[in-house]
Amino acid sequence: MSALLSLRNIWVEYGDKIVLEKVDLDIEAGSFVSIIGPSGAGKSSLLRVVLGQEVPTRGSILLDGEPLKPECGPDRGVVFQRYSVFPHLSVLRNTIFGLECANAPLTARLFGGARRAAAAEAEEMLRAVGLGDALHLYPAQMSGGMQQRLAIAQALVKRPRILLLDEPFGALDPGIRADMHALITRLWRDYALTIIMVTHDIREAFTLGTRVLTLDKRRHDPHAPHRFGATAVYDLPLLRRTEPAASEDAAEENSPQNDEEAIGNG
Amino acid sequence: MRWVNRHARRGDRILLGALPIILLILLYLVLAAQRHAENPMDKILPLPGSMRDAMAALLFQADQLTGQVVFWADTLASLQRLGIGLGIATLSALVVGLVLGVLPPVRATFGPLVTAIAVIPPIALLPILFIALGLGETAKVALIVIGIAPVMMRDIAAYVADLPREQIIKAQTLGASSWQIMIRVALPQAMPRLLHAMRLALGPAWVFLISAEAIASDVGLGYRIFLVRRYLSMDVIIPYVAWIAILAILMDMALALASRRAFPWAHGAKH
Repeated sequence: MSALLSLRNIWVEYGDKIVLEKVDLDIEAGSFVSIIGPSGAGKSSLLRVVLGQEVPTRGSILLDGEPLKPECGPDRGVVFQRYSVFPHLSVLRNTIFGLECANAPLTARLFGGARRAAAAEAEEMLRAVGLGDALHLYPAQMSGGMQQRLAIAQALVKRPRILLLDEPFGALDPGIRADMHALITRLWRDYALTIIMVTHDIREAFTLGTRVLTLDKRRHDPHAPHRFGATAVYDLPLLRRTEPAASEDAAEENSPQNDEEAIGNG
Repeated sequence: MRWVNRHARRGDRILLGALPIILLILLYLVLAAQRHAENPMDKILPLPGSMRDAMAALLFQADQLTGQVVFWADTLASLQRLGIGLGIATLSALVVGLVLGVLPPVRATFGPLVTAIAVIPPIALLPILFIALGLGETAKVALIVIGIAPVMMRDIAAYVADLPREQIIKAQTLGASSWQIMIRVALPQAMPRLLHAMRLALGPAWVFLISAEAIASDVGLGYRIFLVRRYLSMDVIIPYVAWIAILAILMDMALALASRRAFPWAHGAKH
């Protein structure tokens, strides 16, 4: 199977502290990779390297066989735990932003027909994440779950090759988290996404992922703990689910109104 | 109930806020009346009547020399200088602050220069300005600009540089260039902060305006205060100072209102 994303011998070092060592990974198109591991095992560093926010000290990353530019770009979408929507833009304008950047290099604004087309595309994406009725709210007026829905729509409207999620549901209530799991599963299937998700919730990693990677240190030097970096110690392919897991369905049925309730509270 | 939990109702708040001001005015009146009881010609603490008479001449009668009504000419001249100075400072703070805040290489190059300029006491530059720019309007406006712009620039630059890194990364994954990040992500979010910086800069701006007018001018609120000081005319100085305070409060309120109206997203969730 051809790999969409290949990491070849990636090392990340900060000064003499080695965070990641010798990470070799091939990620196939359409997979949902969960990355777990103890704190400080370089989960977020690995995500930042793939995102282009950080340049690895050694090694190369190939996307479709081409080396990645060491800079963030529209081929990789991202959702962070917080701060990944623009507080000064309404929901609709947050989502149109990505389309405006591509089509209006100088003003970053669209007008007339082009704007209507972009707005229609953005609205469709917002309906897909369940924000069809909240087009003109500002992020500050929305609950955490709605903000993450917006962040996902914002990223997906650019049709990224890979969607990177950095503990996207970590700050949400359990009920809302179950809704979000159902949502991301549906989007993953409907839009044939390739997703890499960092999480500290092992259950979440196994319910959502088609493959679970565990990052940890293979070796440990008690006198210089910082001199050995983490790498993928477990790489578990899971049987691809055709339907969402039963527990997820149950969670969805138990709390279908959670997010809407939160709107009232927010 | 603890004092930290006592919140006055809206009506009570206005009353409470007015109380110290009324008390101060009463105290002044009592002291002025005492002095006038001892010496009816006292000039140090004039009574409201004499202030009214002195101000009536400045408010309603044209000056014989210039043909202008002195009070309004002073107000207009001062507000013009303040407005131009504040405008130039705000505009440059926005442009410089954005560029410094968003682009790390520019920050590394020009950040130290802005800091160096900001720590020079502007009044120390006043002689240079008078020598270089003459005694006209330019030097006064320049003093205001030099006095407040560097602080505003540093404030905006620091604020923009402190925008969550996630937002800048996110914008890049949405395809935004440096320029697009500057105008669509940083600029709108810097605007409420800019209005806030203007409000804070109003105080120093008035200081520099009055200083410049006191030293070399022929019209202006500061000029008038320092002119009539020679005659111990407290009956003019006190109303002028009160007028300056009113103007400053009105500007501050206008800026606060403008910020709430134009950028509701920056002022809490209540839109």
